[in-house]
Amino acid sequence: MIIDINFIGLIIASIMASAVPLILASCGELITERSGVLNLGVEGMMIIGAISGFALMTVTGSLIIAIFGAMLAGVLISTIFAFLTQTLITNHVATGLALTIFGIGISAMIGKNFVGIPGKEFPVFFEGFKDTIPLLGPILFGHSIVFYFAFALPFITSYFLKKTKIGLIVRAVGDSPESASNQGINVRLVRYACILYGGAMSGLAGAYLSMIYTPQWIENMTGGRGWIALALVVFSTWNPIKILIGAMIFGGLTIIQFHMQAIGVRIPVQFLTALPYIVTIIVLVVISRNSRKIRLSTPSSLGKSFYKDN
Amino acid sequence: MHKFFIRSFVSSLVLLFTFTVAAIAKDVKAAFVYIGPTGDHGWTYQHDVGRKAVEAAGFKTTYVEGVPESADAERVLRQLANSGHDVIFTTSFGYMNPTNKVAKEFPNVKFEHATGYKREHPNVSTYAARFYEGRTILGTIAGTMTKSNVIGYVASFPIPEVIRGINSFTLAAQKVNPNIKTKIVWAFTWYDPGKEAEAAKALIDQGADVIAQHTDSTAIVQMAEKAGVYAFGQASDMDKFAPKAVLTSVENNWGPYYVDRVKAVANGTWNQKDTWHGIGDGMVVISDLDSQMPADLRSKVKKLQADLASGKVHSFTGPIYDQKGNLMVAEGKTADDGMLAGMMTYVKGVEGDIPK
Repeated sequence: MIIDINFIGLIIASIMASAVPLILASCGELITERSGVLNLGVEGMMIIGAISGFALMTVTGSLIIAIFGAMLAGVLISTIFAFLTQTLITNHVATGLALTIFGIGISAMIGKNFVGIPGKEFPVFFEGFKDTIPLLGPILFGHSIVFYFAFALPFITSYFLKKTKIGLIVRAVGDSPESASNQGINVRLVRYACILYGGAMSGLAGAYLSMIYTPQWIENMTGGRGWIALALVVFSTWNPIKILIGAMIFGGLTIIQFHMQAIGVRIPVQFLTALPYIVTIIVLVVISRNSRKIRLSTPSSLGKSFYKDN
Repeated sequence: MHKFFIRSFVSSLVLLFTFTVAAIAKDVKAAFVYIGPTGDHGWTYQHDVGRKAVEAAGFKTTYVEGVPESADAERVLRQLANSGHDVIFTTSFGYMNPTNKVAKEFPNVKFEHATGYKREHPNVSTYAARFYEGRTILGTIAGTMTKSNVIGYVASFPIPEVIRGINSFTLAAQKVNPNIKTKIVWAFTWYDPGKEAEAAKALIDQGADVIAQHTDSTAIVQMAEKAGVYAFGQASDMDKFAPKAVLTSVENNWGPYYVDRVKAVANGTWNQKDTWHGIGDGMVVISDLDSQMPADLRSKVKKLQADLASGKVHSFTGPIYDQKGNLMVAEGKTADDGMLAGMMTYVKGVEGDIPK
């Protein structure tokens, strides 16, 4: 095998493409969790987004309707979660798990009519510039709009939480809903909004899988990526930039282990397959091992229901 | 009083008549147990196509999808046997023990287990397809069409079925092109579109210009289409997913066997047997050959297909050596079914080790 600089560029580009759904879903879930709500339904919302996007693309033929429809579907299904946990004050963990099971089931039911239909080609930008710059060409150019959005999202999220007033409100609601409520903030409304936003991002992540990454519908096609996204949020200690790092390591090792196999590196394949999971956890634990910082960045009321006494 | 007797007599007659008619017209009911969802467009999907053929032949069918290969399988089988099914097809290797266990409890119900080898009771049959014959054809095409002489192969799990496929593919490819290398990547999944696409991408980035697969999703052929290399469809015809990339597909065609067996149950001629059918019996079907292949290759493939069907050509004809150069099959001999069923070594020319 020839290791030239363009080959490395190609590998990095594949790694980034595989990290996109993880970044999207994690950044969405991060906002939800920062407001104090633990939504374990990411996998379910993702798969709903995947089937909605694919179905709308097939039926309407419009990619724009499909992408926004998938986000809307994520919003709708997360509304169920929001209503149950915020209005009816049900347990977050149980409701989130139910949401995942519900999502997988209903997506399979809707998807029955969409099996075996090829997807459409999704437009990419700057395809022609790919070969102009060595190494950076394949990394920077020739990707879909969702790809560029995903890599901007962690920075936007970070800015939003640290520098904007609404970001501060979200964090306040997550850390101490009682104090926030006493300050006149409508805790329930903020949490509703954060849950729906998380749903939209998960829906978009699912649509990326079924419309851009592997354009087709197959039952259970998210393959557990929702759970990895959830884990990334925790191991990154609720820091969007670390989510980006974690998603890149995870996607990177998945792809590099395939390359190592193809080159013929004599390492047990089972070990290589487990590597992404092990290394991602180790790296994120190491870069976030400052316990004071963990305490500061963990939303203190995460997963706890908030009752307002009137 | 006699009115009462007449009425009773007439109603008894009517009842008797109804029962007799019901007994004569008693439909044979067939049940299918699936490992995956019918929507996988691969393994389970093709079994379900077979089930629909049984339905079209006028029999009633039911199916249960997504049944784990555990104690759950036994529960499902018992339930199906109890609810009046006459023949039950269990379509995954891991159902082997549950099938035999439940078969013992229901001697009047026929059981058909796919890809297994245990027939502990007279009411259990087994069946499988010689997919490796299809892979001989794919190898011939791949060896001819490759320009880089690097062929990528995305494999699922290191079991004899998959190893046999890799070997048969490589032997055929070497025969037409001794310079080829088969690079194998184990995805350790039967279907996960994302992972399969990544595996294919890695092989393509490393210079493979023909990709074969032994996983079930269409992600690999789509990736090949995007990258402008060739690929082959698996289990079902995948041409419409990647019209430029897919040269042909190897299809699993269970329908004729299923219809045959259900008919045999209906006629009372069902007997225990072990079926291993290939191209000749139509259980393995080669889809249309793509017009990008040169005409002489296409006619060569057609001839090879006919010879495999008639038995004139065998996928594993000696001399065959393993990776270390030990003789596996002597010159002029062919590998017997026992050797094929337990094949766990690579032939010469395959790169890398089998994961342990």
